[in-house]
Amino acid sequence: MNQSKKGMSNWLLLGGVIILSALPLVVARNAEFAGADDRAAKAVTEVQPGYKPWFQPLMQLPSCEVQTFLFASQAALGAGVLGYLIGLSKGRTERRNHHEDAD
Amino acid sequence: MHIMEGYLPVGWAVFWWLVALPFMLLGVRSLTRITKANPELKLLLALAGAFTFVLSALKMPSVTGSCAHPTGTGLGAVLFGPLAMSVLGSLVLLFQALLLAHGGLTTLGANAFSMAIAGPIAAYWIYRLTMQLTGKQKIAIFLAAALADLLTYIITSVQLALAFPSPVGGFIASFAKFAGIFAITQIPLAISEGLLTVLVWNWLQSYTPQELELLQLIKREPQSHESI
Repeated sequence: MNQSKKGMSNWLLLGGVIILSALPLVVARNAEFAGADDRAAKAVTEVQPGYKPWFQPLMQLPSCEVQTFLFASQAALGAGVLGYLIGLSKGRTERRNHHEDAD
Repeated sequence: MHIMEGYLPVGWAVFWWLVALPFMLLGVRSLTRITKANPELKLLLALAGAFTFVLSALKMPSVTGSCAHPTGTGLGAVLFGPLAMSVLGSLVLLFQALLLAHGGLTTLGANAFSMAIAGPIAAYWIYRLTMQLTGKQKIAIFLAAALADLLTYIITSVQLALAFPSPVGGFIASFAKFAGIFAITQIPLAISEGLLTVLVWNWLQSYTPQELELLQLIKREPQSHESI
């Protein structure tokens, strides 16, 4: 596949992801969008009303804001590493191609 | 797909830990082997880990009106085999359990089994099967990532249904309930994960051809420069 065609398909892939994550906000406009984990925990107590979690997380987050901060940090860290590594390999490949052309 | 801290009875928590541990140990061995034999693959290994790290932080809205996150384990499983992902995936889960109060230590065995073990094993075999049947690599990558993601959530539903069978209807009724929460929510997210994995795959193909060759995921092109 040539380079421009590949670039095009990358944009289409990205577009697909954006549509898939934006669509629910339009289709299910009035939903609460709670986490599936929380809903499952609720379902557990529905199936077995007496159930009490027997262990608490070691670290309790003081607030929603702190949780947002930590999640954003996780995404930022991961994306940073991902971007760095892809950039690094891109640079290496380009330098190598450059050398090959010069030979 | 996390089962929250304390939400599995002790017996089941121990059971899933025991199931997951051997895979993690084999995974460590597999990772040491890979990095010893080909140190240059560390870059791709870090990339596969970072991909799981990012994707599992993205809680995306779904058409069911709730949010869940992709797993990102399909890419690493296709690149390095399922065992390597059992370590990388478990590390991500450990991070989330300790720092984000998301998932938990008692449920880590169960969560690791669904996300870091069963999902990657499925991804690996789906990739190989699709390659054999169609030979179309991008479709194979897409299916591997998307179905592994979906399977992760189905396993979580099974785990919860086993631990909490409904008084009326038993395991099946409970499974339907949990799968309704997890698996249905996950369908669009699994497609997203498939698309994102193909996107990263495109980059890898362009920029890390040597590494992919080493992993025998692409064959050496006969010195052509058609891409320039």
